[in-house]
Amino acid sequence: MKKFLSQAYLWLLLVMLYAPILIIAIFSFTEAKVLGNWTGFSLRLYENLFLGGMSNSLMRSIVNTLTIGVISAVISTILGGISAFGIYNLKGRTKKVISFVNDIPMLNPDIITGISLFLLFVAVGVTQGYVTVVLAHVTFCTPYVVLSVMPKLRQMNPNTYEAALDLGATPSQALRKVVLPQIRPGLISGLILSFTLSIDDFAVTLFTKGNRGLETLSTYIYADARKGGLTPELRPLMTIIFITVLLLLLVINIMGSRSKSKIQK
Amino acid sequence: MNKDEVIINIEHLSKAFDGKAVLKDISLYIKKGEFVTLLGPSGCGKTTLLRILGGFTVPDAGVVTMEGRDISGVPPYERPLNTVFQRYALFPHLDVYDNIAFGLKLAKVPREEIDARVRKVLKMVSMSDYEDRDVDSLSGGQQQRVAIARALVNQPKVLLLDEPLSALDHKMRLDMQIELKEMHRKLGITFIYVTHDQEEALTLSDTIVVMNEGRIQQIGTPTDIYNEPVNSFVADFIGESNIFNGTMIKDKLVSFMGHEFECVDEGFGTNTPVDVVIRPEDVYIMAQTEGAQFTGKVRTCTFKGVHYEMFVDTDSGYELMIQDYNAFEPGTTVGLLIRPFDIQVMKKERVCNSFEAEVVGEGKVSILGAEFECSVPEGLESGETVTAELPFNAVELLDHPEDGVLTGYVHFILYKGNHYHLTVRTDEGADIYVDTNDIWDKGDLVGINFAPAALKISRRDEN
Repeated sequence: MKKFLSQAYLWLLLVMLYAPILIIAIFSFTEAKVLGNWTGFSLRLYENLFLGGMSNSLMRSIVNTLTIGVISAVISTILGGISAFGIYNLKGRTKKVISFVNDIPMLNPDIITGISLFLLFVAVGVTQGYVTVVLAHVTFCTPYVVLSVMPKLRQMNPNTYEAALDLGATPSQALRKVVLPQIRPGLISGLILSFTLSIDDFAVTLFTKGNRGLETLSTYIYADARKGGLTPELRPLMTIIFITVLLLLLVINIMGSRSKSKIQK
Repeated sequence: MNKDEVIINIEHLSKAFDGKAVLKDISLYIKKGEFVTLLGPSGCGKTTLLRILGGFTVPDAGVVTMEGRDISGVPPYERPLNTVFQRYALFPHLDVYDNIAFGLKLAKVPREEIDARVRKVLKMVSMSDYEDRDVDSLSGGQQQRVAIARALVNQPKVLLLDEPLSALDHKMRLDMQIELKEMHRKLGITFIYVTHDQEEALTLSDTIVVMNEGRIQQIGTPTDIYNEPVNSFVADFIGESNIFNGTMIKDKLVSFMGHEFECVDEGFGTNTPVDVVIRPEDVYIMAQTEGAQFTGKVRTCTFKGVHYEMFVDTDSGYELMIQDYNAFEPGTTVGLLIRPFDIQVMKKERVCNSFEAEVVGEGKVSILGAEFECSVPEGLESGETVTAELPFNAVELLDHPEDGVLTGYVHFILYKGNHYHLTVRTDEGADIYVDTNDIWDKGDLVGINFAPAALKISRRDEN
């Protein structure tokens, strides 16, 4: 009985967590304008999403979201990787201080990051648009990359870098052939994390996108919802995004457990 | 090959980390093809010295020349030497073959030659079948072999080894020692080996460099170092030993443990305080007391496999460690005899504590930041810097650091047969030497008091 109750509780929680997503996914396969009306199975909404003329602006926001995601993820990974290596080589107090400074943006509420960056861009006099959004995303993604690379650096035997030098590698060769391969899993998970954080972001983007009509998916949906009701095409879009994120998470987890089991061996 | 040719010359090398001196004016030369061991307790600077040779640490002062060329400014990747690191430092993302081929690939050696050389070196370390193995899947001993192979495949002129066997279990270590020695003999290249294990050093080396606190204590062959240690530190560190305070009465006659002994040492002058070392296997122990130089009573007797180790209380109140093939029951009175050439006489490094002090008033001096009342000789003014001397036994150590005028910790302990000679390092980093009968442990925090009456103040020698 006790076991049954605990099982039931677990399932109830899972249903409450995933039911909304599941409902959207189910109703993405019907044509009804209003969510909740089932008018028979159809792939129309998926067709509209990718071909439909009306959703031009929706399509553009999707492209913006993805390109901003990729660009800021790549930049963050490069910056974060370099920073992590720098912090790793620091000593004592300085190391603690810099690590702490690195943690602040992660604990800082998005809204604060958004407003402060907005004020900064205004103060500097930069026209806000695509570039400022990328800069803003790099700002909040980089600390996460540092955080995912640091443990890999710590696991690394510091003598391996010196061993490479000893065997005739120049410092840059040693970095490329010995250090990089050892921290690569950290860099990859940092990259994926940055990408998901970037496409997920709303608050920071809203404050830094300017007023020249640049929209990412999240800001587009927000604007759309305020205009009155959500476009039905968002249902298949949500479904696709959910599945994509799910797959990414699976990849990160599998990679994580694999490198862990390697260490245990 | 000329065996006497010097390959590495080190002159006046000094290094400090964060203001703490790790190497103090090290000078040393290493001959081609030699197996040299840098031996010392942890923190003695031996690893730093090796890292300077490898090019990973830049010395503050001094010159390192290799085959006559100054290599002080040469980066590690251009030095014709290779290192076997303490924790192997194999590349975890490469297999055994690629680990070993790493240096050759960088040097753009042709593929076939890489293949041949890797095979050959794998055979030498008896790891032929492991080429494709992941390095993480190897045991410690196997990883160690790969690390050695990875260094040797580049055919360095000098091989540096940083405690390469310290992570292996005892049996494995003994096997590897023999293999290393064999490799050294076959290859004919220079090995510079760092270890804190004196047995390992004695087994492997042609030359041992004993280091302590950033200074070279003694350089010599294993037999020299064992039989003729130059000071009590070396005697205590290498092998088991009985160390006593003694007096050199005249040439070939030394007094210690309350008896006079004939010895073979000369040139110490007359009535000079000395340290005397007697190895435990050099004391003759016998059941009859006639014909013996002195007698003792066996306190404990322990079987050690090959020999028995006995602690004997001598008639004059000293404790003597003796190793002998014959066992003597505790409680038996035994005759003891030490032969002249088994007595190693060493010059004392110091006969009392000597501090720089400052006169701070009428009958008051300041030593290491604390003030002491004592008799200050006439004519010394306040503010004048003087030398304060204090006998070892005039220092009192207290359990509670806060009870002492100065505080510090026990840094080094030497047993002298009937008392302990301690080195106490104060919080300010000064060393105070203490003779005591109390038992202290290394690292104990202590309060330090001086018996002010025993302080001897004198004018500083201007030189």
